Amino acid sequence: MSRQGSSLRTYLLTRVALAVPTVLILLTMVFLLMRVAPGNPIQAALGGHVSQKQIAIRSHRAGYDRPILEQYGDYLKGAVTGHLGTTLTDHRTIGNIIVENGSATLELAIAAFAIALAVGIPIGISAGRWRDTPVDIGGRLFGIVIYAAPVFFTGFLAQLLFGTALGWLPTSGRVGPITEFELSKPTHFYLIDSLVTGNWSAFSDVVLHLILPALTLGLLISGVIIRLVRVNMLQTMKGDYVEAARARGIRERRVVIHHAFRNALVPVVTVAGLQFATLLGGAILTEQTFNWPGIGAELVRYLNNRDYIAVQGIVTVFAIAVVVVSVLIDIINAFVDPRVRY
Amino acid sequence: MAGIGRLSGLRRLGRDVHEARGVPKWILYSGLGIVAFFVILAIFSAQIAPYGFDQIAANGSPFPKQAPPSGAHLFGTTVQSTDVLSRVIWGSRTAIEVVVVAVALSLTVGVPLGLVSGYVGGKLDRGLVLIMDALFAFPYILLAIVIAFLLSSSIGQGIFTAAAAITVVYVPQYFRVVRNHVISVREEAYVEAARALGASRAVIIRRYVLSNVIQNVPVIATLNAADAILTLAALGFLGYGIQPTQAAEWGYDISRAVDDVGAGIWWTGLFPGLAIVLLVTGFTLIGEGLNDVLNPVIRYRRIRRPQIPPLEPEVSPLPAREREVVRR
Amino acid sequence: MIAREPVLEASGLRVWYGTEGDPVRAVDGVSLALRAGETLGLVGESGCGKSTLGRAIIGLLPDSAATAGSVRLRGRELLELEPSDLLSLRGPELGLIFQEPMTRLDPLVTIEDHFLEALREHEPELDSEEMRRRALEALGGMGIPPTRFRQYPHEFSGGMRQRIMIALALVLNPKVVVADEPTTALDVIVEAQILGILADLRRNFDAALLLITHNLGIVAEACDRVAVMYAGKIAEEGPARQVFSEPAHPYTRELLRSTISLSTTGLHYIPGAPPDLIDPPPACRFHPRCPDAMRVCAERDPVEVRTGEQRVLCWLHGPEDRIPPGGHAPLERREIALAEEA
Repeated sequence: MSRQGSSLRTYLLTRVALAVPTVLILLTMVFLLMRVAPGNPIQAALGGHVSQKQIAIRSHRAGYDRPILEQYGDYLKGAVTGHLGTTLTDHRTIGNIIVENGSATLELAIAAFAIALAVGIPIGISAGRWRDTPVDIGGRLFGIVIYAAPVFFTGFLAQLLFGTALGWLPTSGRVGPITEFELSKPTHFYLIDSLVTGNWSAFSDVVLHLILPALTLGLLISGVIIRLVRVNMLQTMKGDYVEAARARGIRERRVVIHHAFRNALVPVVTVAGLQFATLLGGAILTEQTFNWPGIGAELVRYLNNRDYIAVQGIVTVFAIAVVVVSVLIDIINAFVDPRVRY
Repeated sequence: MAGIGRLSGLRRLGRDVHEARGVPKWILYSGLGIVAFFVILAIFSAQIAPYGFDQIAANGSPFPKQAPPSGAHLFGTTVQSTDVLSRVIWGSRTAIEVVVVAVALSLTVGVPLGLVSGYVGGKLDRGLVLIMDALFAFPYILLAIVIAFLLSSSIGQGIFTAAAAITVVYVPQYFRVVRNHVISVREEAYVEAARALGASRAVIIRRYVLSNVIQNVPVIATLNAADAILTLAALGFLGYGIQPTQAAEWGYDISRAVDDVGAGIWWTGLFPGLAIVLLVTGFTLIGEGLNDVLNPVIRYRRIRRPQIPPLEPEVSPLPAREREVVRR
Repeated sequence: MIAREPVLEASGLRVWYGTEGDPVRAVDGVSLALRAGETLGLVGESGCGKSTLGRAIIGLLPDSAATAGSVRLRGRELLELEPSDLLSLRGPELGLIFQEPMTRLDPLVTIEDHFLEALREHEPELDSEEMRRRALEALGGMGIPPTRFRQYPHEFSGGMRQRIMIALALVLNPKVVVADEPTTALDVIVEAQILGILADLRRNFDAALLLITHNLGIVAEACDRVAVMYAGKIAEEGPARQVFSEPAHPYTRELLRSTISLSTTGLHYIPGAPPDLIDPPPACRFHPRCPDAMRVCAERDPVEVRTGEQRVLCWLHGPEDRIPPGGHAPLERREIALAEEA
């Protein structure tokens, strides 16, 4: 077992090490993007509201009059240590934004991803197993159409149906105002917080508010998952080891789930993880639609206010998050598939 | 599969499409039908739409505000008193225009980059791959928003800005696919032969490599088109896309509609949304259909189990007439 | 050797594959008998239908294949069985050893779990200790040490994987084992080992073995009887020694002559190419390439003739009363065009 153990460790270390250049490139790109716009970001954000002298002072304080390489170095240092600055327009630290709004987005993203898997995987397996039957065609069509529906349109329809017409679910916000006031938030993950403090009314309020946005976002991703699982199932069902298992008289059901599906899952895990990027993007739109106080909604707000520092900080966080998730996915993959180790 | 000449790849594609049968064929043709419908709407918007995209009155009388569907306004009117049906039709023009520009731009940038990078290799290739992978990892809506936002302060908003934002997001896709294919084609015998004959790099890339690689491009292009529409709508929804004064855009219309969900006003959002779903589905179907037709692993021809006839009875003996004995 | 009751009997077996046009007549009227403890070698050129024949016995044909005729396992008709009944027979009654061992094991599943799965499916009354013991015993017989029981397929070489496959097929003690070119993908040394194992089979397991191969040397070494297949029909069948020392069918004779050994001084080959199974030559299918062809060979289907323990399908051996006058004359043929070789 020791031989396997060390190869796994080597793989993990190598993988993490490879993530560094990617992060570096992304951060550089963000840095350059933010400085592409002409003029001083401070000027752009506050010009017209504040006197020129104030602008000059604040520019100096924020370091915008220093040589560009110094600014680059500072930025990278800040990204690594987590001190990405303070927003221009409302004096929040980026750290604070990450904790308060980031947790909202993360909660939404995880719930949506869970729904996407719960819906997408069974449909994908069925479509692959009963190929070219109505089940398959229906599943594929569902996947295509759901991907074609912009998440804000699905959200709009969901709000119309479940909110206005049926009145079952709330259509806006993360919790009602009373819960917002009463709930103590040690982790800022409201689901966990309400459970941990035993606040049942808060818990149900949180869940009710979470259903529609998570469903909307989750269904969008499920379309991609269906397509992925189906294609990989078709491939693995033809596999030699599948045929060999049938030759030993193993029941079809077990062959499909235990052999074909598990092998199909291997590439799916990877690509599904890549959907995290799509998930984040979709989160921005979903948060707008449902007034969900997540980091995406904040990004839009700061963009509208031309708060470059806030935008830079948030985009940096997104970039790092994406790389971290892709490393995590590769690690999971290494555990799932014994062949993938250096 | 070797083939010389710039268009041989596309010709092969055409033949495969023509020979397609069964489910992939229907998928492909439905997609083409849907897209054709919207293209017609786009080209003939002025003739088909009952009103202009920002028209709020006709024949002297102003349109009602947020009126439900009726005889005069088949899809109802919006909060700004514009006709929903007309805006949906004019919206097709906007969508198709942006798609065409975005796909054209992405192709002209992504494909040559992929060709050169894949064929030349070395540091250039490694560097490009690193950049493209990083771009690829980024949430594309985020990238599009940031680009659109930045461009809007310099060249203003409009079709080109939206298209450019989409292009930046999609170039890595083309780059990747083309580059990978080039690498596998690069070592083929016919390319080596051309090199031995002294053909210059540019000629080899253009005549031999491109014609084979180009087969993959249409599938990506159709998926690109589908995503372009979604990205355009997303940008419009957030307010960074086409401005309402410039043209009609479906995403923007939905953003207005979301505000009025509480009042139960469904027509302002439903119809633009359905238009998006339909057009994107159309492009996706073309892409999926093409993929099914071209991909030999998944290709599935209609093979029926044969009927084995019962054994024939013994052959009756030859007639008594002798045949001539022939010597060997 | 006393002739025992055949364990498996095929009579008039036909297997046709569907195509977009006319069907491929892979097996077109084959009758065979397998006896317990006996190894029957099935030889022929590539594409003569021997693999199809093996699969038809196990019931592992693709959906596009149709069968006719009869295959009886201890009196039970296999071709008409419900799929679920056939499934319960595969493993404990019928075993199949595949050609390409590298891809026949599920890469995500340990060797141990492969065995446990097969045993749980067919002998669920055993407890896991007993199952493990059986599995280790079968593996031990193949020379795989127990310490490697929990490893994954990719950690074994090709030869070892084939041995694992054989052990997996044998652990359930099937009465009939079909080995489809088990050593073709392996190097000569490993091949010798595998053949030794298969030779032991006859003694230790009392199974009937159908050894499908295109290598005559293997047949001579490892088989009691041999059946020579050509274009979907059995050309000749009999005790291995007899058939090889006194081949009755011209095809067998030519095959033996084309085999290269240390004493070969010149290359001998059979002119022409294997026949098209969609539209095979009329009457005797070998007649276009047969050096001894007579006129009747091109006009009438040959009749099977038995002499002692041998049987042959060739007009050279009569029956005389069925051959019309003038039928014995040598067949006049055009020169076999070189193009046919391509």
